[in-house]
Amino acid sequence: MSAQADPAQRVAIGLSFGNSYSSIAYTTGEGKAEVIANEDGDRQIPSALSYVEGEELHGGQAKSQLVRNAGNTVAYFRDFLGQDFKSVDPSPCHQSAHPTQQGDGVAFSIRDTEEDKENTIPVGDITTRHLTRLRTSASDYLGKNVNAAVITVPTNFSEAQKEALKSAAQGAGLEVLQFIHEPTAAILAYDARPGAQLADKVVVVADLGGTRSDIAVVASRGGIYTILATMHDYDVSGFKLDQVLIDYFAKEFLKKHKSVGDPRENDRAMAKLKLECEAVKKALSIGTTANFSVESLLGGVDFTATINRTRYDLLGNKLFAAFTRLVTHAVEKAQLDPLDISEIILAGGNSHTPKVAAAVRSGFPDTTTILAPSTSPTAINPSELPVRGAAIQASLIQEFELEDIEQSTHPVVTVTPHLSNAVGVLCISGDESSGVFHPIVDAETSLPVRRTATITTPREGGDVLVKLAEGSRHIKITKPEARPKKQDDRTEDDSDSEEDESEEEDELREKTWKVGNTLSEAAIRGIKKGGKVEVQINIGADLSVNAIYREVGGKGGVRGIISGQKANGST
Amino acid sequence: MASTVEIALPLPVLPGGWAGEKDFKPVGQLSAATDRNIEPVGPHFLAYARRKRHQRTFSEDERIQAQSNVKKVEEEDPDDVDEPEDPVMLQREAKDWKSQDHYAVLGIARLRHRATEDQIKKAHRRKVLKHHPDKKAAAGGDEGDQFFKCIQKATDVLTDPVRRRQFDSVDEGAEVEPPTKKETQKGNFYKLWGKVFEAEGRFSNHQPVPKLGNAKSSKEDVENFYNFWYNFDSWRTFEYLDEDVPDDNENRDQKRHVERKNQAARRKKKTEDTARLRKLVDDALALDERIKLFRQQENAHKNKRRLDKEAEQKRLAEEAAKKKEEDAKLQAEKEATEKAQKADSKKAKEAAKNAAKKNKRVVRGAVKDANYFHAGGDAPASQIDSALNDTDLIIAKIDHEELAALTSKLGNEKDAGKIKQIFKDEAERLIAAGKLAQADVKSLA
Repeated sequence: MSAQADPAQRVAIGLSFGNSYSSIAYTTGEGKAEVIANEDGDRQIPSALSYVEGEELHGGQAKSQLVRNAGNTVAYFRDFLGQDFKSVDPSPCHQSAHPTQQGDGVAFSIRDTEEDKENTIPVGDITTRHLTRLRTSASDYLGKNVNAAVITVPTNFSEAQKEALKSAAQGAGLEVLQFIHEPTAAILAYDARPGAQLADKVVVVADLGGTRSDIAVVASRGGIYTILATMHDYDVSGFKLDQVLIDYFAKEFLKKHKSVGDPRENDRAMAKLKLECEAVKKALSIGTTANFSVESLLGGVDFTATINRTRYDLLGNKLFAAFTRLVTHAVEKAQLDPLDISEIILAGGNSHTPKVAAAVRSGFPDTTTILAPSTSPTAINPSELPVRGAAIQASLIQEFELEDIEQSTHPVVTVTPHLSNAVGVLCISGDESSGVFHPIVDAETSLPVRRTATITTPREGGDVLVKLAEGSRHIKITKPEARPKKQDDRTEDDSDSEEDESEEEDELREKTWKVGNTLSEAAIRGIKKGGKVEVQINIGADLSVNAIYREVGGKGGVRGIISGQKANGST
Repeated sequence: MASTVEIALPLPVLPGGWAGEKDFKPVGQLSAATDRNIEPVGPHFLAYARRKRHQRTFSEDERIQAQSNVKKVEEEDPDDVDEPEDPVMLQREAKDWKSQDHYAVLGIARLRHRATEDQIKKAHRRKVLKHHPDKKAAAGGDEGDQFFKCIQKATDVLTDPVRRRQFDSVDEGAEVEPPTKKETQKGNFYKLWGKVFEAEGRFSNHQPVPKLGNAKSSKEDVENFYNFWYNFDSWRTFEYLDEDVPDDNENRDQKRHVERKNQAARRKKKTEDTARLRKLVDDALALDERIKLFRQQENAHKNKRRLDKEAEQKRLAEEAAKKKEEDAKLQAEKEATEKAQKADSKKAKEAAKNAAKKNKRVVRGAVKDANYFHAGGDAPASQIDSALNDTDLIIAKIDHEELAALTSKLGNEKDAGKIKQIFKDEAERLIAAGKLAQADVKSLA
């Protein structure tokens, strides 16, 4: 099967290849992304391969082999791809086959044939096998031979890693149409929903995954996405949440069966604990209590216990808080204020946990929408976000020639100038001090851009002044008048505690606009009573502004061009 | 595409005395932009990339996109042709629906089994619009809705995939009669049989069906083709030709009898069809020039090997014979030369012998001339005897050449002293050479 398929013969899927789980999706005829379940009925397919007597087990079946056949089970290998051995962190593989060095790269020593000898398989080959299984599942489901894919990768995936993934995919008979970033895929999944409004907004995609957390602050401007800042954390992860539960249950076990010993010190018991704790964690996302039950956990002792959600929330509080901090840091890194964030998309399997959404909620103002299953009934399953985005992208580009795609994703096309300040009109008063700035084009909008605004006019009509200006966002912090005044005198040397507790409720943060330099003035004369003015702004890549002002429904209008700073034009 | 911002706050009133050229006054410039990477994802990015790569502005791009979209809509319905209707067909009774050609009734006889469901639906709609009984009544024609019923029946059959297959199985309009032997001999084998196999291929469970190809097809393709047809997996059924099963509940036996008969008939027809197809493929195979060609090529190949071998053997035999001949010739030559040489040497020997004899005679004569090395007067008998003995000894000791040299030295020497001196020299030379002892030549002393 040739990887260079004819675009007409192409059957493309979206593929999300994660450290812990992978998923596959396709786009239906109506343009809806559907996630494909594999033969076991899993939509979230564990990225694991296990070999028993030469037979290859994949997904959930392989994962359950972690207990009995850990040495021949390869899991959590995505981040090893294309890396040299020195720079990989093998800690997630503690309970599966350990990575070994092969040349510069990473390999696994496993018994993958019936013969009783260990073969050293480079991580690229492991990935090829994993992707082959995914491709087969998708082909079986669709009844068509799938031969192309859009694959999601984290934002910090290097070129070498992409190259390695690309060749692994080619080995599996998949032509990689494009690599897209996981956070953008998640936003695309939301924006591609029918009836979605394409507002200008700043979105934070917070992905709490199994082995790592990734936060991306993305400016979404009329369907064009720009990543403003990213954060990666390998300590705040689903594993750590599992660990919290493991510790809890291990202690419970020790309380009841003191003589048997600590299950954490036995490999097999630990594997059992880990698998069950992951299941408990999932169960707690849905119900308020969950049963923990492992047969023969240690020394032939069966162990059952229950845990309720509150307990779990308490146990994981530190991690939830750390996750929230991570999100806030990312926003700070993008030099934005929590007030600027209009949406937070929670992605990754652990975002099912209601407490995660609640914790993030508490860190942001009410104007910010949190998109997670527990806060919004219309939220998309967080585990499926990237793969859905990938499937949508796959359906968009699958008819294009590979060369076309490459050209379109080349930096020549993707690097564009972005507005550093918002551009808008002054309302109510033409004077800068008393006028109210209203943005038409937000900051961080990629150029060229075209926006239209309709503005109401004074009730009696007549001649109006349209003043275009730059504006910068400003956070106004007001302290409630009466009380703090008195407090301030008093508490200067008083205890800090009072200040601390009252700080959050006292401070009132508001988003206001500071008018920057004026760009142009225009007059529209003789507007009818109750008429409206339409302003269309075209900003070119060379920062020239082409503005058209006219009365809605009226004829004529005013046109004006503000020339840009040629020297600054970057394209 | 650009979203519109609605601003509820009113605009300020134009201050008095404000004036600008054409009511517009540029004041400032935008502050510097920052370069950032946009994510190459989503429909809006694709639109952006298209604009950027083709250097279009927003409005240009919109116009071009709109145009291309319009084109697509227009091209969508290229097969909207009205096939001419056979007046005889229009007179059909709806109750004879089984014998009607459903495709012809719907006006898609050119498509037949290739017609898509969508095409059938469209054709039905077209025909309904044309033949609706209400329309006919309004036009004042006869009020027969028979053909309309035919149309409905045809649609019923063709839109049901199972019934459509049953009809397609016995659709005579789609059949292509195999050409006769005579026709194929005119050189259009591929054209005529290609059509036949294409038509038969519609019954295959395995699509796509391999093509007959042409004279240049590879051996592999041809073999594939015939293998496919000898293992043909057909979905053809003959239910459509079933005799109507009585629908009343009264006569169950009769019903079962008819059903059994139908089953048997179907089986029989299927067997016949399989046999027919088999024969068809046999015929085609027999007429296929390529098969003969391949056989010839194979034979030629085999023969070539054999001929090569034979030629090689012949060449070797010839070479051997030639070598033998040459050897014989060489031998003969050698013998001849040897013979000649022998004869020559004999002659030379003879000559040498004669010369030696002559020389000896001269030498002896010389001895005699030298008065047998005796110093004065007649030599006594003993002197003569010893001189002759010595001379003979010398002659015996020296070979032909030396003898000749000696002879030439002696030449016509008459002087006894000189002759004696020559003999002396000769004797001394021989003594020096160790061939003669001093004592042997007493007469020369």
